[in-house]
Amino acid sequence: MNLDQFKPLTVYTIYIASTPEKVWEALTSAEFSRQYFFGNTVEVEPRLGGAFIVRTPDGALHISGEVLAYDPPRKLSVTFNVNWPELIEKLGPTLVTYEIEPAGDAVRLTMSESHDRPLSDDILAGGRSGWPAILSGLKSLLETGKAPQIKMAPPAQMLAALKAMGIKTP
Amino acid sequence: MSKPQFVYVTYIETTPEQLWEALTSSRFTKQYWFGAEVRSDWKVGSPFALLLDGETTDSGVILEADPPRRLSYSFKHQKYEELRGEPISRVVFTLEPFGSLTRLTVLHDGFVEGGKYLGAVSNGWPAILSGLKSLLERGQVLAIPRAALNKGFDAK
Repeated sequence: MNLDQFKPLTVYTIYIASTPEKVWEALTSAEFSRQYFFGNTVEVEPRLGGAFIVRTPDGALHISGEVLAYDPPRKLSVTFNVNWPELIEKLGPTLVTYEIEPAGDAVRLTMSESHDRPLSDDILAGGRSGWPAILSGLKSLLETGKAPQIKMAPPAQMLAALKAMGIKTP
Repeated sequence: MSKPQFVYVTYIETTPEQLWEALTSSRFTKQYWFGAEVRSDWKVGSPFALLLDGETTDSGVILEADPPRRLSYSFKHQKYEELRGEPISRVVFTLEPFGSLTRLTVLHDGFVEGGKYLGAVSNGWPAILSGLKSLLERGQVLAIPRAALNKGFDAK
């Protein structure tokens, strides 16, 4: 996989009253992610080349990938491939990078979702609707100790675009 | 190529009414908008101004006002020479109830391809709106230096 071919197609920046260490923990631990990531749990093997996994609340494999950059508490980069039949063959791999920087007494978290080919706005609508909800929840959890319950279905235009490409969705 | 614009969505534990108040009252904006005050009577066609330390930094006209759902104003930078040549842009706030939360969508458009203003705006909004969310949820803004607003545009 040639990383130079990947371009960020969706970027979301959020400032959080927390420390880089706590933001890192929230991004990489199952018990934190369950609270803000639609009930999904994140598992990261803490090394380069390690496994990156997201499971749905019932434990099923939802997203799988590999750790490509591991620099706690500054940078985590993983392949982030949703486990839907034909998806990776048709859309190519998805790369997600989190960058964590101190900004005064707060932390700036920047999420970039990159792809190795151009994708339509309809396909990208999934990430563009999901990331603001996920990262808004992460911020609330770290700042108030409580994550709001945000429930949303995948956007209809994304499901239609995937179906048109022959990708099976649940 | 998509047209140059900035879109930001955030989910806030508040009501649309409180969020509307936070967007239109200087008492709130001074806290999360890095000291800036908003001035308008929020009626369509009325002037809008953003002031910092009593000086107008940006000004425009109210284009839409449908409390507590939708607010839009034109936005023209007045302070920095480098940005004064940019065209008049537009800001649209959409407030939607979302369960116990309110979803806020900020659209800022009307930029020229390759202009400096979009970069400045793209760096500013996440810091401002993160502070707004913190203020409404925990009664306290973030301690972010104002320099965070200028990343991508070095204001003299």
